[in-house]
Amino acid sequence: MINIIGKRKIYYTISIIFIAVSVIALLLWGLEFGIDFKGGSILEVSYPNNRPETEKIAESLKFLNLSDLRISSVGGNGVNFRFKETDESTHQEIIKILNMDGVEERRFSSIGPTVGVELQQKSIKAIIIVLLGISLYIAWAFRKISHPLSSWRYGVATLAALFHDLIIPIGLFSILGHYYGVEIGTNFIVALLVTLGFSVHDTIVVFDRIRENLKRYESLDFVSLVNQSVNETIIRSISTSFTVLLTLLALFIFGGGELKYFILALMVGIFSGTYSSIFIASPILVSWSKMLNKS
Amino acid sequence: MSSNYSPDKIFKLDAVKKTRIIVSAIFFIAIIAAFFIYPLAWDKVISKVNVISPVALPNFVKVPFKLGLDLAGGTRLVYLADVSNIAGQDSESAMSGLRDVIERRVNFFGVSEPVIEVEHSGSDWRLIVELAGIKDISQAIALIGETPFLEFKEQRDDAETQQILKEQKAGNENYLMQDPYFKATNLSGKYIKSAKVEFNQTTYQPEVSVQFDAEGAKMFEELTTRNVGKMIGIYLDGFQRSSPVVREPISGGSAVISGKFNIDEAKKLVEALNAGALPVPIKLISQDSVGASLGQDSLNKSITAGLIGFLTVVIFMIAFYRFPGVVAVVALVIYSVLVLALFKLVPVTLTLAGVAGFILSIGMAVDANILIFERMKEEFRVGKGLGSAINDGFARAWPSIRDSNISTLITTAVLYYFTTSVVKGFALTLSIGVVVSMFSAIFVTRSFLKFLPVNSLEKRPWLMGVKHSKQYD
Repeated sequence: MINIIGKRKIYYTISIIFIAVSVIALLLWGLEFGIDFKGGSILEVSYPNNRPETEKIAESLKFLNLSDLRISSVGGNGVNFRFKETDESTHQEIIKILNMDGVEERRFSSIGPTVGVELQQKSIKAIIIVLLGISLYIAWAFRKISHPLSSWRYGVATLAALFHDLIIPIGLFSILGHYYGVEIGTNFIVALLVTLGFSVHDTIVVFDRIRENLKRYESLDFVSLVNQSVNETIIRSISTSFTVLLTLLALFIFGGGELKYFILALMVGIFSGTYSSIFIASPILVSWSKMLNKS
Repeated sequence: MSSNYSPDKIFKLDAVKKTRIIVSAIFFIAIIAAFFIYPLAWDKVISKVNVISPVALPNFVKVPFKLGLDLAGGTRLVYLADVSNIAGQDSESAMSGLRDVIERRVNFFGVSEPVIEVEHSGSDWRLIVELAGIKDISQAIALIGETPFLEFKEQRDDAETQQILKEQKAGNENYLMQDPYFKATNLSGKYIKSAKVEFNQTTYQPEVSVQFDAEGAKMFEELTTRNVGKMIGIYLDGFQRSSPVVREPISGGSAVISGKFNIDEAKKLVEALNAGALPVPIKLISQDSVGASLGQDSLNKSITAGLIGFLTVVIFMIAFYRFPGVVAVVALVIYSVLVLALFKLVPVTLTLAGVAGFILSIGMAVDANILIFERMKEEFRVGKGLGSAINDGFARAWPSIRDSNISTLITTAVLYYFTTSVVKGFALTLSIGVVVSMFSAIFVTRSFLKFLPVNSLEKRPWLMGVKHSKQYD
């Protein structure tokens, strides 16, 4: 049996380092929002043969005075344009010019800033409600447990683990955003929520085992009992996460470029979720019961 | 010490006979579902059978998957409605009027199942229009946003009409979209000052009389002078409503649109015309358009990714769990077939995020199986016979499967109610997946496990992925 609970301080330290890095990155650089969160336009076209130099394209669009225009190439013959949100007639002007090279318009989005800000607020609201909903559900699902910790503390321990799983991918994307301009949009929020879903699965499986063992071994002290429960479920946690990570890796390698960062966020989140359910959620229960014993 | 919620108690499925019935039913449903997903397979078989069969068997019903904008190509338009001139409580009815008008215009485009929704957010009223599979997005935007949609057209002369009819018959594409009898004029709803419902003195039918503004009155006079003895076509949202014959030039700027409407329709038309055709002015604040080819690319990529993801799961499950792994794979295939059939049946609009939700739900379905097998192995390892190891393993795994899936359902419910349509698609597919995966854990995996050849497996523990089984009881 691996002594996970006894060495919990090491695992806490690892997590605290990651959380600290994430928080610092977030405070220093914030997040790079995509157009669905801050408004703006994105246009993707593909050229029939060879795409012209980006400078040349920029030159041909100069008279339209698109603000914050950034042009980048995608894939074989694709070109990506980003600029401030614009009206339909400007969009048509751009297409008219690009059409002289016979381009095909693959995607155009233009999102007003108010819609973007609203989506930000909605996303934050959704995450908070999910966190609270899950924690309350756990407090309720484990309501029959009262000794040595009452069930609401299981809810709080879950909340702590979930917070851990949110902050680490957010920190990573803050760093990616700063150094590589990786933007976060609706997909990122979806990834965070899925992460929460998986993480809570793992946590529930461990807690469920604690619940069962509490009934089975009444004489065992809480520290050994939790340690045994974690050990009994660790193979399941790892094989489930491993399966999901395999699936995600397949998506990451073979899926479209559009979803690459969505998948990355998921992989990091699910990895962190597995870690937190084994090394954070249950150890917190033990630390808490020790604290209560002392006072 | 099994839980109070053990499905044994809920469904009372102890007897071997019942298991046998359930397993056959599962396979039967799965096969029907598979044909529902891929009806061509059925048709192929049937075409061969029909050669020798005395009764001709019908082809399988064909229902297509409903694809969202990002997979089928199309556009999502968000309009902000300016309701500042409308008193508070009337905003809602004005918006529903707007919805109707826009719906009429969109239908004119022949888009299948357009989605048109009114959204109230803070003090803003918005109209969301989703058009899937549309080719000419810019034309659609122009059509939706256009203010006056009442048009007056004049008759073409005979030579022109014959010419167009001839070309259309010959299939000349330049002429196909042209109306052979009427041609456009500059006079439109834009020049209308007011409109009201009247009743015809002789027929008692409702009519709509319109009063043009000064400029419109002049144009109308010119139009009628030019067309004495001919018809004038009056078109609303692209459809001809009436085509009165001009007897004499009309000055003073009033016209009557008669025929083919009941009193309600006449009233609606009047309201629409008075408000400048659209009940409230709208402004396009965001659009999200995906070309058909990009949609197709994304679709192909996600299908490939899904298949590869599925295969990796299959390989992992069999390598790690051996014989029960094979059982799990069969259960997963059935699970996937059922979920996909439900997507068609409901129908669920599949988007990229929705496909991601489905693939993740496969992960969660695998998890349920892994939980059961780990528990089973554990019970087996401590020396229980395989039969009771299966029963106990399932009973003990169940509470955690139930609790974790319910927490996922909480997440998806929140996602469904609090966020955008992209996320909604994801939430819907994931929640359907989770519900079906619980069903699959209870019925499919469990019934299959009861069918395992217990005796021969006990003699070959490596098939169970367990190294040492100490004793049998």
